[in-house]
Amino acid sequence: MNAAPPHGPGLAGLPRRALVALAVFVAALVAAPGLVDDYILSVLILGLYFALVGQAWNVMTGFCGQLSLGHALYIGLGAYTAGALFVRFEISPWIGLPVAMVVAGLAGALIGFLSFRFGIRGVYFALLTIAFAEFTRILFDHWGWVGGSSGLYLPVTERTQVDLWSLRGPLWMFYYVILAAVGLAFLICRRLLNAKIGYYWLAIREDQEAAQAMGIDILRYKVLAVAVSAMMTAFGGVFYAFYYNQFYPETIFNIDKSIEILLGVIVGGIGTLFGPILGAFALAGIGEVLIWFQDLVGVRGLKLLTYGVVLMIIILAKPDGLWPWLRPLLGLGRRDRA
Amino acid sequence: MLEVRDLSKSFRGLKAVNGLGFRVEKGTIGALIGPNGAGKTTVFNLITGALRADAGQVLLDGREITGLRPDQACHAGIGRTFQVARPLAELSVEDNVIVGALRATGSVAEARRTARQVLDLLDFGREAAKPAHELTLPDRKRLEVAKALATGPRILLLDEVMAGLRPTETDRMVATFRRLNQETGLTILLIEHVMRAVMALSQSVTVINHGTLIASGTPETVVRDPAVLECYLGQEEDEAAHA
Repeated sequence: MNAAPPHGPGLAGLPRRALVALAVFVAALVAAPGLVDDYILSVLILGLYFALVGQAWNVMTGFCGQLSLGHALYIGLGAYTAGALFVRFEISPWIGLPVAMVVAGLAGALIGFLSFRFGIRGVYFALLTIAFAEFTRILFDHWGWVGGSSGLYLPVTERTQVDLWSLRGPLWMFYYVILAAVGLAFLICRRLLNAKIGYYWLAIREDQEAAQAMGIDILRYKVLAVAVSAMMTAFGGVFYAFYYNQFYPETIFNIDKSIEILLGVIVGGIGTLFGPILGAFALAGIGEVLIWFQDLVGVRGLKLLTYGVVLMIIILAKPDGLWPWLRPLLGLGRRDRA
Repeated sequence: MLEVRDLSKSFRGLKAVNGLGFRVEKGTIGALIGPNGAGKTTVFNLITGALRADAGQVLLDGREITGLRPDQACHAGIGRTFQVARPLAELSVEDNVIVGALRATGSVAEARRTARQVLDLLDFGREAAKPAHELTLPDRKRLEVAKALATGPRILLLDEVMAGLRPTETDRMVATFRRLNQETGLTILLIEHVMRAVMALSQSVTVINHGTLIASGTPETVVRDPAVLECYLGQEEDEAAHA
């Protein structure tokens, strides 16, 4: 009686319809570089980048319920750590990456500890996350070793040569790196959510007092949530540094960076596993359509205006996000842990 | 088992609990009763660490647990329910109980087994997949009990879990607690306004008013105590007369 019925749950307990959709989605992503031009590929890279950092942000805010409006901090720390190690000491980003993740993780743990230890919650905590990102921006603005306010530049080499060890190469190389990172992040999030730590994070999100009465050390688990989220975000920061090759404190620590991280998650479905990925792609797609529309009409600035309107419409129509709405259509339970 | 010694707590000069002492023996069911505002929930909050006592001690099996955080008190063996139910609203009933069961294990699979046992014990298995925010009031109360029970407590503190229930539901709850107490030897301390539940369940009753001890003893002796009648039952008779 081990064989799954034809329309019953298949691999990993997923219904067949969801499994097919997943397979098509993954296959399309893997095949994309051979099918689309560089422009579309760069759009996909941007979408995947937001899928990665969105998933990271979702760990802390979606799972554990601690609102962060300062995730640019961890992007910046990741970018600067791996970037400076590369520029100054020619250390490979693959060595720089774990260092960057540790730096960001420690920064997150420290911020979390300082805030939660003194009972700072909700919007006050969110304001503190902005403040820490701003402090750090000013600090880096005046830190000459990493370029100060004129930023950090990574040496650009011939873009046809693949040098994976130094993360120098053509677009498709970056594409596969970020695609792998998104896949890995998804698996990590799923693993975390279905483990004790995930249950504890959800409990804290739902009701801190009730969680504490059930034996949960809320300070410890909240600090862990921030640290894990910061580490994952730093991965995005390292990628950002090597993909764009240049960044400044003014832009990378900017609150705009923090806000664009969370938009995709809100659109896709906060607190869900697949929502951040879906949301990131949805926004990237909407952005491209709107650029096309803007060019068609010939009015500059129309994209941003319509982008805002479209976001508002989505949030009003599907306040829980697109994924919780799409999930039942794929034959998945309405409240599956997915 | 549970011993409270000389416990005091003031809020801005108002003495909510004042030199209170009582004990609940192992394997028994004790009740903490008193009129509204007597300080019963404050006593619970002091025992569970949700509030810090100004003075006094709380001992569990002879071990001092005064000043522990709520999560530490839970690990020490205190399970509690909240007067106003605090379900983990977006989670299913089963996931709510799993969170409690994870107190004693790192394995979600094992916690799920414990959770199923607890749900069966409370005759709650059929609602396992339901999101907690869709529960009716009696079921929310039941979930409170299930969450606390799943942590594997040595003593279960129940804060008005029968308030707002219909008499038949109250009787079912009473039967459940009696069975729990008899079958597993679980010690229970309950705050309750529903006197029929108190009389049916408890072996010892502690009556407080304005945070101080008025009387204690078996339910039968306590309800005949003139001081109790005056401060507590007498008041209810007055209310009944006005109604």
